[in-house]
Amino acid sequence: MAYSDKVIDHYSNPKNVGTLDKGKKNVGTGLVGAPECGDVMRLQIEVDEATGVIADAKFKTFGCGSAIASSSLATEWLKGKTVDQALAIDNMDIVEELNLPPVKIHCSVLAEDAIKAAINDYRVKNGMPELELEEKKH
Amino acid sequence: MELKLPIYLDNNATTPMDPRVLEAMLPYFVEKFGNAASRNHSFGWVAEEAVDYAREQVAKLINADPKEIIFTSGATESDNLALKGVFEMYASKGNHIITATTEHKAVLDTCKHIEKLGGQVTYLDVNPEGLIDLKELENAITDKTILIAIMYGNNEIGVIQPVREISAIARKHGVLFFTDATQAVGKIPVDVQADGIDLMAFSGHKMYGPKGVGALYVRRKNPRVKVTAQMDGGGHERGMRSGTMNVPGIVGLGKACEICMNEMESEAARLSVMRDRLENALMELEEAYVNGSKEHRLPHVSNISFKYVEGEGLMMGFNKNIALSSGSACTSASLEPSYVLKALGLGDDLAHSSLRFGLGRFTTDEQIDYTINAIKDTVLKLREMSPLWEMFKEGIDLNTIEWAHH
Repeated sequence: MAYSDKVIDHYSNPKNVGTLDKGKKNVGTGLVGAPECGDVMRLQIEVDEATGVIADAKFKTFGCGSAIASSSLATEWLKGKTVDQALAIDNMDIVEELNLPPVKIHCSVLAEDAIKAAINDYRVKNGMPELELEEKKH
Repeated sequence: MELKLPIYLDNNATTPMDPRVLEAMLPYFVEKFGNAASRNHSFGWVAEEAVDYAREQVAKLINADPKEIIFTSGATESDNLALKGVFEMYASKGNHIITATTEHKAVLDTCKHIEKLGGQVTYLDVNPEGLIDLKELENAITDKTILIAIMYGNNEIGVIQPVREISAIARKHGVLFFTDATQAVGKIPVDVQADGIDLMAFSGHKMYGPKGVGALYVRRKNPRVKVTAQMDGGGHERGMRSGTMNVPGIVGLGKACEICMNEMESEAARLSVMRDRLENALMELEEAYVNGSKEHRLPHVSNISFKYVEGEGLMMGFNKNIALSSGSACTSASLEPSYVLKALGLGDDLAHSSLRFGLGRFTTDEQIDYTINAIKDTVLKLREMSPLWEMFKEGIDLNTIEWAHH
């Protein structure tokens, strides 16, 4: 299976690899997937409390090239968005942008789950109710 | 010597053909095109002579009689013919077959098929080294057992089963012994007499011969073994495998066997030194594990798990320049990682993190140097990107985390 140029680019030059201080109140962390399944993503957002805008986003991913590319792309998209705007990111947007083949769609679903888990972590930390998330098929 | 990329280290999947083999085959496409079964003219005689000569070359490599060699389309067909053929031929004696969980799919899926036909199959587990337990094997034998089917060398981890001990048990109980020796023949000495093998499958393209040709060894004496044909037709190959002989392929298989016969010993010595050098260098990485027995192993194979990085992600770091395989699920359409590695007792996480190195006749020291560097660099780079590696380094036990399984 050949990878798309965009997947190769994100894999070779991943954007925003790293770790934010999860002790901070304005940092939300999402950890999704499982080692046994072959992919684990950790995605973190740091929210500017004055504006509600995501000032920074970082990821670390254990997984195939498509999983790494999906999370790298997600962090790029998150930066500069408000938390509410970030919630609108759909896995199919990632599929389209990265040209993922059908067997790799689960990587994009995982990235969307990671975004939502990070937002929920941020919300809970800041006294907001957790959002009910629809289950997507992996 | 300048290093030419990409580097091929997937010789367990297939080997490049030796140019000497191609040379031997070439006359049999256009000039000497005859049907080996044409008994009444020179075109047929020439082809038949070539097939007879190849049969001798093949037999010699495994210390068999030429009459005991049945040419097939490859190891998968040979596996099918051996298992189904024995199951049918010995139906009056019993219906039980003993095999192991780490066999090739061509054996396992054929066994599943036989189960549907009313056969009974015992699948022996292997120990963490990848070896079957001989006591367990012997205990599994019943008065209905007709065949023990255990491979010689494993395709994923290279582990060599105790073939002589297995055949001794088979003999003792009057059970036939079949071995899929696809990865072993031409790589290490395989001797059907000394090893006590009754049936044996192997293939041309794993030993620098052509694809689409293989053989089944069927013992003719002590005991005389028979298999029911699975392909009906002109009664070729003593009635056991009909179909016009693939003369150029067979000539190629014969030549490949002859070359292996002459060069196997020095080649195995050279490759095991290279393999060990590769393995030792990669084992300098933290949290790297060799899968399967290192003691009972083919000389050119190494299977290593690099914990906390995923195999397909790892390969992507160098697969433009190095060709090898992974036990990762992501390399297949199914989401299951390698069943062979799981049979060793590896967790899914380690199975997902494995790479298989298959060295071969044309592997060079320069290629090994390049590979060591490329793999080390990629493992380190991906670990920097891996949340699991970070947790491990922080001393977090990954088993205490509640993962969201999907």
